[in-house]
Amino acid sequence: MEPFVVHKGKVAGLDRANVDTDQIIPKQFLKRIERTGFGRFLFYDWRYLPDGTPNPHFELNRPENEGATILVANENFGCGSSREHAPWALADYGFRAIIAPSFADIFYNNCLKNSLLPIKLPKEDVAYLLKQAERSDYELTISLEQQVVFDEEGFTSSFDIDPYRKQLLLKGWDEIDLTFVYEPYIIAYEKARS
Amino acid sequence: MVAPKTIIEKIWDEHVVYREDGKPDLLYIDLHLVHEVTSPQAFEGLRQKGRKVRRPDLTFATMDHNVPTVNRFVIEDEVAKNQMTALERNCREFGVPLADLNSPEQGIVHVIGPELGLTQPGKTIVCGDSHTSTHGAFGALAFGIGTSEVEHVLATQTLWQHRPKTMQVNVTGSLATGVSAKDVILAIIGKFGVDFGTGYVLEFTGDVIRRMSMEERMTICNMSIEAGARAGLIAPDDVTFAYLRGRKYAPKGEAFEQAVEKWKQLRTDEGAVYDRVVHIDGSEIAPTVTWGTTPAMSSPIDGTVPYPEQFATETEQKAVQLALEYMGLKPGMKMTDIAVQHVFIGSCTNSRMSDLREAAQIVKGKKVAPGVRALVVPGSQQVKKQAEEEGIAQIFIDAGFEWRDSGCSMCLGMNPDTVPAGEHCASTSNRNFEGRQGKGARTHLVSPAMAAAAAIYGHFVDVRTLYQEVVR
Repeated sequence: MEPFVVHKGKVAGLDRANVDTDQIIPKQFLKRIERTGFGRFLFYDWRYLPDGTPNPHFELNRPENEGATILVANENFGCGSSREHAPWALADYGFRAIIAPSFADIFYNNCLKNSLLPIKLPKEDVAYLLKQAERSDYELTISLEQQVVFDEEGFTSSFDIDPYRKQLLLKGWDEIDLTFVYEPYIIAYEKARS
Repeated sequence: MVAPKTIIEKIWDEHVVYREDGKPDLLYIDLHLVHEVTSPQAFEGLRQKGRKVRRPDLTFATMDHNVPTVNRFVIEDEVAKNQMTALERNCREFGVPLADLNSPEQGIVHVIGPELGLTQPGKTIVCGDSHTSTHGAFGALAFGIGTSEVEHVLATQTLWQHRPKTMQVNVTGSLATGVSAKDVILAIIGKFGVDFGTGYVLEFTGDVIRRMSMEERMTICNMSIEAGARAGLIAPDDVTFAYLRGRKYAPKGEAFEQAVEKWKQLRTDEGAVYDRVVHIDGSEIAPTVTWGTTPAMSSPIDGTVPYPEQFATETEQKAVQLALEYMGLKPGMKMTDIAVQHVFIGSCTNSRMSDLREAAQIVKGKKVAPGVRALVVPGSQQVKKQAEEEGIAQIFIDAGFEWRDSGCSMCLGMNPDTVPAGEHCASTSNRNFEGRQGKGARTHLVSPAMAAAAAIYGHFVDVRTLYQEVVR
């Protein structure tokens, strides 16, 4: 996994609640057996018109959002299906972090496994960022080490993250390798139960 | 004295392999169910690192999401076919048992787990599918995981997990005739919202739940995820034990009796404290139909499509506005005036024998309305066979329904079964998200009886009135 330490990037806003993983990556793209290349299918049904051309009304197609690497959205982002194709698509498109007031549990976990940082911020901070994201030059810096999000105009907001997950992200460690360190405990557990 | 515990805490504590401050618990997984869509990248990960499947004996695979439900051996979609071939190859290479398309045990993963007796009280069960919560109906702790976690379980038979918060969802009173388990869970989500369960495992309790069959309990637990919950479960009782007795992978003979004694301990102790308790009166629940694009956007059948202004916050009003535009519905319209062009009876929520019987009771001796295409997709090949033997299948066929082979089918339309843009579908599935059943498809979630009635009348009907006619 690619480590996540500090990231500075352009911000795009998606002011919608309950964005589900069926929207993030529609079912017709789940048949591939690879982990890569899902970015071009991200938000497919919102992003493209029936004739295949980009939908100019969709938030990410607005010129000011081009090249954004941080997505700001509303409550319960990533609800629904457990498909990890959703974070794969967001990461492959170029996002490094998602900021929202709340996330669905499975999606949140899936992001952490892919070095895509899900950040929960208070609703009023998210509202402020959604407003700022309407500008084409708005950038945020995220420090995972410090657990803080800030801009160069005085906005700053701190966030919580599980210390174990934080460590994995900072180091970019493979979790399975790490779990093998605990194999003696797994063996002992299996023995005790058999 | 040992502190009183909820059933959730009991199962959790029983499965902790390793615990350390500042870390999630390392949790042992008793059963890992696998299907074709969320597993290929996980097996590929194992292959790249030269890893094995630690416990193929605790792993069971089937194919369900992609499978055609007519001419199932002729898979025209090459990409879908490739995914199924990959599962066959992976199961062979890693020694994982597989119920493939040739197997009489094939079916939707959440239907066959219980059917085969793989699902048992007290187990930790995972699958790369959010509706894994279904298995909680047996008093198991069952939750959906992503593909990276699938790989982690394949390699280690464990997961690092934070102890969940606990919530009691108490359903009291009794249900009116014509009100089913589907209406109960839709009403719960309608009342408390699509994310009230986030971070929690739900325990469903109360008289209404206790009186339910195992299949009804599966419908309830299945949709826990639509409330955002990590899992939902119901403490096992005699109904659970009777269901499991004699199932293929359930313990046999004396071992079964011993297992039952152990399973009986799986109940929330008197005095145990939940992090949150919610309550709903079952007597007040009506047959429910969704009008929007989340499972919480629903109305009793005798209600109307709401006005956006009825909602409290600006975010909600905007969401309702967008949903009504997508659904092509006008505020104030009666729910019974919504016409449907498609009816889908199936999915891991409602495709078991009791669901099909409930629908057949409405359909018997009647015809599907002109202009309506109606499908019944049994949850498994075993359900299909039994329904054919009982004459249930013939009732559907005589009425003009299409009778299909088992699979996920039109619930998510990964196979060729989809709803065209702009058309309305009465569906017994679990998600009415935009595009779920096909791009532009307009899904209304309902019970099997309500779906059957919509097929006959071409619009939604209050099944309570139909049952009254039957009684007269």
